[in-house]
Amino acid sequence: MSAQPLSDDEIRKTTCYMCACRCGIDVHLRSGEVRYIEGNRDHPVNRGVICAKGAAGIMQVTAPARLRAPLKRVGPRGSGAFEEISWDEALQIATGWLAKIRSEAPEKLAFFTGRDQSQSFTGWWAQAFGTPNFAAHGGFCSVNVATAGIMSIGGAFWEFGEPDWERAKILLLFGVAEDHDSNPIKRGLGAMKARGARVVSINPIRTGYNAVADEWLGITPGTDGLLILALVHELLIAGGIDLDYLARFTDAPCLLIPGEGPESGLYLRDAEGRVQVIDRRTGALAPFDGEGVDPDLRGGLAGHRTVFEALAERYLNPGHSAEAVADRVGIPAGQIRALAAELARVAFDEAIEIDQPWTDFRGHHHDRMIGRPVGFHAMRGIAAHSNGFQTARALHLLQMLLGAIETPGGLRFKPPYPKPLAAHPVPHFTATPGAPLKGPHLGFPRGPADLALLPDGSAARIDEAFTWENPFSAHGLMQRVIGNAHAGRPYKIDTLFLYMANMAWNSSMNPGEVARWLTDRDETGAYVIPHIILSDAYASETVAYADLVLPDTTYLERHDAISLLDRPIGRGDRLADSIRWPVLAPDRDVRPFQSVLIDLGARLGLPGFVTAEGAPAFKDYADYLVTHQRRPGIGVLAGWRGDGTEHGRGAPNPAQLDRYIENGGVFQAEIPPEAQFCKPWNRAWQDWAVKMGLQDKPQPYLFSLWCEPLRRFQLAAEGHGAQQPPDHLRLSLLGAMDPLPHWTAPQNTDTEAEYPLHALTQRPPAMYHSWGSMNAWLRQILGHNVLYIPKPVWRDIGFRAGDWARVISPHGAIEVAVAPMAALNPHTVWTWNAIGKRKGAWGLSQDAPEAEKGFLLNHLMHDLMPPDATGARVWNADPVTGQAAWFDLRVRIERIARRRFSLPRLPELSLKILRRRPA
Amino acid sequence: MRAVPSVILFTTLSGAGFGTLAAAGLGLGAGPGVWLAGYGLAGAGLIASGFHLAHPLRAPLAFRRWRTSWLSREAWAAVAALLVLAAPAASALIGGPELRFLGALGAGLCLATVVSTAMIYASLRAVPRWHHGSVPLTYLACAGTGGCFLTTAPGVTALACLALAVLLGAVFVLGDRRVAALGLTRGWATGLGSSGTVRSFELPRSGPSFITRELVERAAGAGSPLLRLLSLLLAGLAPAGLLLAGTPPAAALAVHLAGILLSRWLFFTEATHVAALFYRGDLTPSRP
Amino acid sequence: MSRTLVIDLDSCTGCHACTIACKGWQNANEDTRLPDAEAYGAAPFGAFLNRVHSYEVIADDTPARLIHYPRTCVHCENPPCVPVCPTGASHQTADGLVQIDAKRCMGCGLCAWACPYGARELDPVAGVMRKCTLCANRIDDPARPAEDRIPACVRACPTGARHFGDPTDAESPLGRLVAARGGFAPMPEFGTKPTSRYLPPRPKDRLGAGAVPTPLVPGGGLQVWLDKLLGRG
Ligand SMILES: Nc1nc2c(c(=O)[nH]1)N[C@H]1C(S)=C(S)[C@@H](COP(=O)(O)OP(=O)(O)OC[C@H]3O[C@@H](n4cnc5c(=O)[nH]c(N)nc54)[C@H](O)[C@@H]3O)O[C@H]1N2
Ligand SMILES: Nc1nc2c(c(=O)[nH]1)N[C@H]1C(S)=C(S)[C@@H](COP(=O)(O)OP(=O)(O)OC[C@H]3O[C@@H](n4cnc5c(=O)[nH]c(N)nc54)[C@H](O)[C@@H]3O)O[C@H]1N2
Ligand code: SF4
Ligand code: SF4
Ligand code: SF4
Ligand code: SF4
Ligand code: SF4
Ligand SMILES: [Mo]
Repeated sequence: MSAQPLSDDEIRKTTCYMCACRCGIDVHLRSGEVRYIEGNRDHPVNRGVICAKGAAGIMQVTAPARLRAPLKRVGPRGSGAFEEISWDEALQIATGWLAKIRSEAPEKLAFFTGRDQSQSFTGWWAQAFGTPNFAAHGGFCSVNVATAGIMSIGGAFWEFGEPDWERAKILLLFGVAEDHDSNPIKRGLGAMKARGARVVSINPIRTGYNAVADEWLGITPGTDGLLILALVHELLIAGGIDLDYLARFTDAPCLLIPGEGPESGLYLRDAEGRVQVIDRRTGALAPFDGEGVDPDLRGGLAGHRTVFEALAERYLNPGHSAEAVADRVGIPAGQIRALAAELARVAFDEAIEIDQPWTDFRGHHHDRMIGRPVGFHAMRGIAAHSNGFQTARALHLLQMLLGAIETPGGLRFKPPYPKPLAAHPVPHFTATPGAPLKGPHLGFPRGPADLALLPDGSAARIDEAFTWENPFSAHGLMQRVIGNAHAGRPYKIDTLFLYMANMAWNSSMNPGEVARWLTDRDETGAYVIPHIILSDAYASETVAYADLVLPDTTYLERHDAISLLDRPIGRGDRLADSIRWPVLAPDRDVRPFQSVLIDLGARLGLPGFVTAEGAPAFKDYADYLVTHQRRPGIGVLAGWRGDGTEHGRGAPNPAQLDRYIENGGVFQAEIPPEAQFCKPWNRAWQDWAVKMGLQDKPQPYLFSLWCEPLRRFQLAAEGHGAQQPPDHLRLSLLGAMDPLPHWTAPQNTDTEAEYPLHALTQRPPAMYHSWGSMNAWLRQILGHNVLYIPKPVWRDIGFRAGDWARVISPHGAIEVAVAPMAALNPHTVWTWNAIGKRKGAWGLSQDAPEAEKGFLLNHLMHDLMPPDATGARVWNADPVTGQAAWFDLRVRIERIARRRFSLPRLPELSLKILRRRPA
Repeated sequence: MRAVPSVILFTTLSGAGFGTLAAAGLGLGAGPGVWLAGYGLAGAGLIASGFHLAHPLRAPLAFRRWRTSWLSREAWAAVAALLVLAAPAASALIGGPELRFLGALGAGLCLATVVSTAMIYASLRAVPRWHHGSVPLTYLACAGTGGCFLTTAPGVTALACLALAVLLGAVFVLGDRRVAALGLTRGWATGLGSSGTVRSFELPRSGPSFITRELVERAAGAGSPLLRLLSLLLAGLAPAGLLLAGTPPAAALAVHLAGILLSRWLFFTEATHVAALFYRGDLTPSRP
Repeated sequence: MSRTLVIDLDSCTGCHACTIACKGWQNANEDTRLPDAEAYGAAPFGAFLNRVHSYEVIADDTPARLIHYPRTCVHCENPPCVPVCPTGASHQTADGLVQIDAKRCMGCGLCAWACPYGARELDPVAGVMRKCTLCANRIDDPARPAEDRIPACVRACPTGARHFGDPTDAESPLGRLVAARGGFAPMPEFGTKPTSRYLPPRPKDRLGAGAVPTPLVPGGGLQVWLDKLLGRG
């Protein structure tokens, strides 16, 4: 054994992009070629570890599926017939289409992006363009948990917070398979185990993280809200709650306006609009944030209840008891009560204290930080149901009752979070020809007046975000864009511009129909969606449907910023942001998409993209990263600003990227010890956040057990106010917009009898959506999937090894290979997500197992629910946020004999580059 | 275990070849034809074995570890046997003297070759069906029987064939019992068995791998009583019948060799490596 | 002093990071390249020196459990894969590691048959046998910082389920961990004397045996409850 050590290689440190976790990586090069990728030990996200995808990144930069040059469609859409064109020609075509749209009707551009992590930039471009139709993928991903989090606690599980891995003594994982924060979660689970802390999994399926959990509650899908509220009930009954925390840091002591009037159920405010509590020192009304105020949970103002009293009344009701819900959730009542007791025991009997004085926003001095070492984490298992928003709210309610958010051992926010709802914008949507949008597209309506509706009451956005059907669609609703663009609902568009989302396949429900929408022609023979521009780096299924393909670089060939203006990579104890930089030069005629957008912006003369003289404002994206300022002193990257010694705030520093590269691609700033916890109420945090430019002034706030913005929509549904919902939505708004968390059955529950099984997907740990399959190493691990069937169902139906099944939903049927599983909820079948590929895509051979045997459950889904008695079809989505309800899917299965390939079998999509440009 | 044609051919042909050479060396019916047949069969077998190697040109390296490796010993023994017997064979071809001593020595080396071949398999603890004295016994019996056809009186050969059939039959049955009695399970292999029944939920890869192709997969015919019977029939009973009915020994030998081929195919495909327990979970050939 | 791998089955989430980190590291080294056959075809086929299984353990009185089980060379003290090798390509080094000298391997496959653990794979392109090298060129590379003189898979493993060291050293943290957790070597009956250990999964699913919450005011209404609760603090 005399293998050459690699230690003499050149190592370039950058940021991984084999998933959205954004770990630091050491890329080893020899003679300009990537030889090995390992984790960066000094990186706050992964601390040296790496996952299978990350370690396989080397095969991503050599995959045959990489696009090589700009493509112009020359055959019918879907035929895959293209010719290679020059960048000049590509940019001219795009500019031609876009300039016309911008000058006539900017809303005719729909620009939607996937998990690209440069939203603050793409959004800024779209705002400058002036179209209201911009969003990223959150609407079909996890907007339920994101929105519920922001609206309840000013942060969320979804990339905005993490359990206190070092201190939690028990951790409850609700519906998490891999999640975005995958390496930190794995490191955290390992650390908890090493300390002897316990992990409880609430998940219908016991794989991955849930397999290593010490306790497994194999819940029936869609019923987490019931379980959580039963825990709330049992804790309340026993008094196992943190009264002090509730009184000081939540809206529990806030008074509610009684009666039936137009303000009933809103917080009682004084003339200056300050929310009122009763101060225990005086027994009189006082603003919640008054100096020295000691809020009383009991209130005592005649006729006014406190939020605490309202919630106690609600959840003490025996309807919420463990007994009442046990059958429905599929967990014995004794176990639910034991879990409640355990939570209370750990929270209060095993409370932790950190000897760290701090001062809260009312000026109260605390000599220690008291922690409830109960960690919670939740993701799409609760998010991807039509009751997900309220379920996530219920979970935050439970955390608040235990005092386990932003206290040691509980959920910790990652800077720039926490951030009160008030600090978020409201949606902007008014399109004016030739002019930019007045503000950012996405935000949080505070009430009906903020909905994105045109004067005639119709939706202003192509995705119908921020409408009465889904008022809090804070991430937009990308999943509706293609269908709506095809239907001309609410209006027709001209150009569909997609970036980094495989919308013609795994990220759409019903991909067969999506393909039809994309290729459908009108009476004149023209495509119903006139132009489609796509930026992709690989030969995905969607490429075949584009008219113009802008080939992107791979992640090792470009600049990127993981910015505090986007989804943060910081940790509970530190702020961090990072970059990618070209550690390799592309060997193809491809360009970084962000630089292409900058070029397009300049060609279109978009404000901000051109100087006063009309010259391009930025050379490329790297130039933008360094010179762009959102507010004076605040740029895309926080580290090494000004002369290189200023962090957070400071003038642009032309050498900033060099500093990042010298520091392993990442900037980190540890939060001062006195500001590390209790951030929303902690003066030290508020001051530090201002200093670092996360906010411009202290903005302490209370957590919301009671969600006032929701109540405003109920009031509208009750008939109050100028903005009134359509009559047919009044009833459902009254239910959905409950200001206190509640559970309703998933929308499709009434099809239970005919479709008795829940059908789920899970993230495979070694695959990232569709793009793992072109990776020579990863596809050997998971080249095709099977449907897992619970043992009892397997026996009842009489399946045998090697069998196949026909899986039928209200929307369609598929034929797939099956296998049994014991550690599975008995009413649930599942498979790995996005393994099935369309024949010919991804540079794979015709007979690749991904296409022959792999399959998607997406063919069984539809964006709309089946028609009701009146023939109306509601969205297959959460009524609060519009989040796609992927996991509401119900099916029945039939045993069939072994097949050679799975169904449906859509026509092949191989790219046929008819004219290649000389290299 | 993977039943590779080259290895099946090798063990079958070289077994019969060295058997024939041993018989010739012992002077049981010498004659140019017998020597040619013996060398031909053994040589064909050895050439076939080369196809099994991923790097055939490195085969000469195989002589280096005769102290520990049965494969190396086999190589030495085979070469020694062929060299030592060259003289008596040449002498027989040109009608020279019988060279009895070299013939007997060569015969011994031929049998040593066959035993070495068998020991390659029998020495593998990891393949319980092979890890048994019955393997060298069977290989010797096959080689011996094969060696009889062209060298011994048909009646004697027929008897040997019948005995071989009984032996092969017994080995099937006893092998099954022995493997079953070991009671090796997935729970044992993984060390997880103490807390319940262990079933494979998901394999490390969804496609083929060296391990699955080489050690885990087995042909559908494994354990089939019909095929087993057919192998006895072809290797023993039918040749015995043919010989007694006066068919030319070469024809009977062909039938016998067909039977040995089948029996070797079963030998490989029915044997299961303990590492298969990680994948498939049982070692006994399935009987439908 | 033996050096080997210890794998904790209680914290392995089955993420396959070890598999790919191993593949990548070995592939990066000229002597151990691991190319794949049919990489983008119907049956991609390459050698991997570490593979992760998952098993269900089913017992009567508890919910079924799922256990991820990484499998690689267990670094036998008495390795059956070595003596069978006719060419001497498979050998044991002075410090007890079993290695393959690829230049001497003729690809006969016998060592893979001899290894009871299924730890050896023939490289389908190069035609030589491969096995876990314990990353000898990392653990003994003086040019590496001490903390990085560990196998690629151990460094990669996100949960920290893979440990590297000497489990027989009762004084070391690893030795203590292995003793405390009842670390075991698979197939002891085979006399291979693996140096590696698996740490068995800890007992699970014991919730329910615990206490249940006691009501503050059994049978009382909201007001009584509030009085009791808020009077308390
Ligand atoms: N390796 C890998 N990592 C990824 C991705 C990937 O493709 N591959 N994708 C990334 C993306 S875009 C996202 S959005 C995240 C998603 O990260 P996760 O939220 O971890 O995503 P899913 O795999 O959808 O997992 C959902 C989990 O919820 C469970 N579940 C389903 N319904 C219910 C329910 O009603 N109740 C409960 N309690 N559980 C339920 C499922 O069994 C599953 O375990 O992962 C990111 N990380
Ligand atoms: N059944 C079912 N369906 C689901 C889900 C589910 O749980 N179950 N989950 C949903 C969720 S949460 C999500 S987020 C979506 C994810 O689905 P998508 O967002 O569609 O994710 P990908 O399949 O990864 O597609 C991303 C596209 O980006 C391209 N790409 C990769 N790298 C680059 C790059 O560097 N530059 C450019 N320009 N393009 C690149 C890829 O080639 C691919 O075409 O799937 C959704 N679909
Ligand atoms: S989790 Fe894996 S794929 Fe995702 S960024 Fe980290 S190393 Fe890369
Ligand atoms: S495959 Fe190579 S290492 Fe293994 S026994 Fe044969 S020659 Fe030796
Ligand atoms: S596990 Fe197998 S390859 Fe490793 S030393 Fe033991 S016998 Fe040899
Ligand atoms: S020690 Fe090295 S060679 Fe062995 S499995 Fe780990 S990474 Fe692979
Ligand atoms: S890297 Fe660690 S957690 Fe992942 S499969 Fe390997 S041993 Fe298990
Ligand atoms: Mo997602």
